[in-house]
Amino acid sequence: MVQFNLPPHSRIKPGKTWPAPQDAKRLLTVRVYRWDPEDHDNPRLDTFLIDREQCGAMVLDALIRIKNQIDPSLTFRRSCREGVCGSCAMNINGRNALACTKAIEDYGDTLTIHPLPHQSVLKDLVTDMTLFYAQYASIQPWLKTLTPAPSDRERLQSPEERALLDDLYDCILCACCSTACPSYWWNSDRYLGPATLLQAYRWIADSRDEATGERLDALEDPFKLYRCHTIMNCTDTCPKGLNPAKAIAEIKKLLALRQE
Amino acid sequence: MEFRTALGKAIGLGSAHTGSGHWWMQRLTAIALIPLSLWMIWFLNRLVALDHTAMSTWVAHPWNSTFLLAYVCAACYHAQLGLKEVIVDYVHHTAARVCSLIVIWLGLLFLLLLAFASIVRIIANG
Repeated sequence: MVQFNLPPHSRIKPGKTWPAPQDAKRLLTVRVYRWDPEDHDNPRLDTFLIDREQCGAMVLDALIRIKNQIDPSLTFRRSCREGVCGSCAMNINGRNALACTKAIEDYGDTLTIHPLPHQSVLKDLVTDMTLFYAQYASIQPWLKTLTPAPSDRERLQSPEERALLDDLYDCILCACCSTACPSYWWNSDRYLGPATLLQAYRWIADSRDEATGERLDALEDPFKLYRCHTIMNCTDTCPKGLNPAKAIAEIKKLLALRQE
Repeated sequence: MEFRTALGKAIGLGSAHTGSGHWWMQRLTAIALIPLSLWMIWFLNRLVALDHTAMSTWVAHPWNSTFLLAYVCAACYHAQLGLKEVIVDYVHHTAARVCSLIVIWLGLLFLLLLAFASIVRIIANG
């Protein structure tokens, strides 16, 4: 059966509360999920207090400040700090988001930060993305053609054909959507999840690609595709404002239409 | 110890090349059930008001018996499709999953046949 409770060794214990900085003008409470595989202990929720006046505007700035000033062992992924790389995806106050594009101001005076839900945790806020990337690789995310490329130019696309890829090519594979999807929580071993399916549709919708039928064949499966029950958490949470639920619906529509 | 690659796991058993039929029939029966359920509510209301003989005569009318049979077919089929989804979502133990699916399939088939036999009997007597 699906496990609705966390296993005993994954249950979160109360953690350490770090002292507030002296002369702080405006305090921000940041509660962060901590787990170190070398501790052989349950995860805990540490509480950090930082001065809002001394910290940048975004949630990622708060985390960086904690790492630089309070606890250098705090572990999280980050890179571009502008919502392009997708590294800093995490669960902030109950919703998946990119820490670098979320303003602290929008959350009030308390932040509660967990790693992406239902992923196995490597350390603190860093989760194991191996299966997620393998699922992406499994849909063969590259142009597949039978017709050889023109010798003197690139493969052409009209502006209308190119427009079909808008809101699909922009996906940064941060995994916010897949890890917000209950179907992905229960069946991630067999269900590809919204991010991978949006990427699959990106290639199905590409006018230059000649493997559309083959791609649809590979997706027509009760688990790989049809575990999507249009819950739409994916669309709700996407930090890039994309609509994976619509992309999945388009795939289902094509699968139905090619039979009629 | 497991040396299977992540890609191997992601590909798994490959595509079953099925699922679109289930998806289509679930929507088709759902659409059919909108008017049929409204008709069913109206029918159940009448059931309270009429006596047995009047009701039997009413059900035996071709339009009414057709609607009743259509409702039973659509409801049983839709229930089978929907319950299958719930089992597949939540029951991961293979034997438990297959057993549950068999029980649901046979149970609803039995219910459908029972409903058919009952309606045919009313029609024959009406």
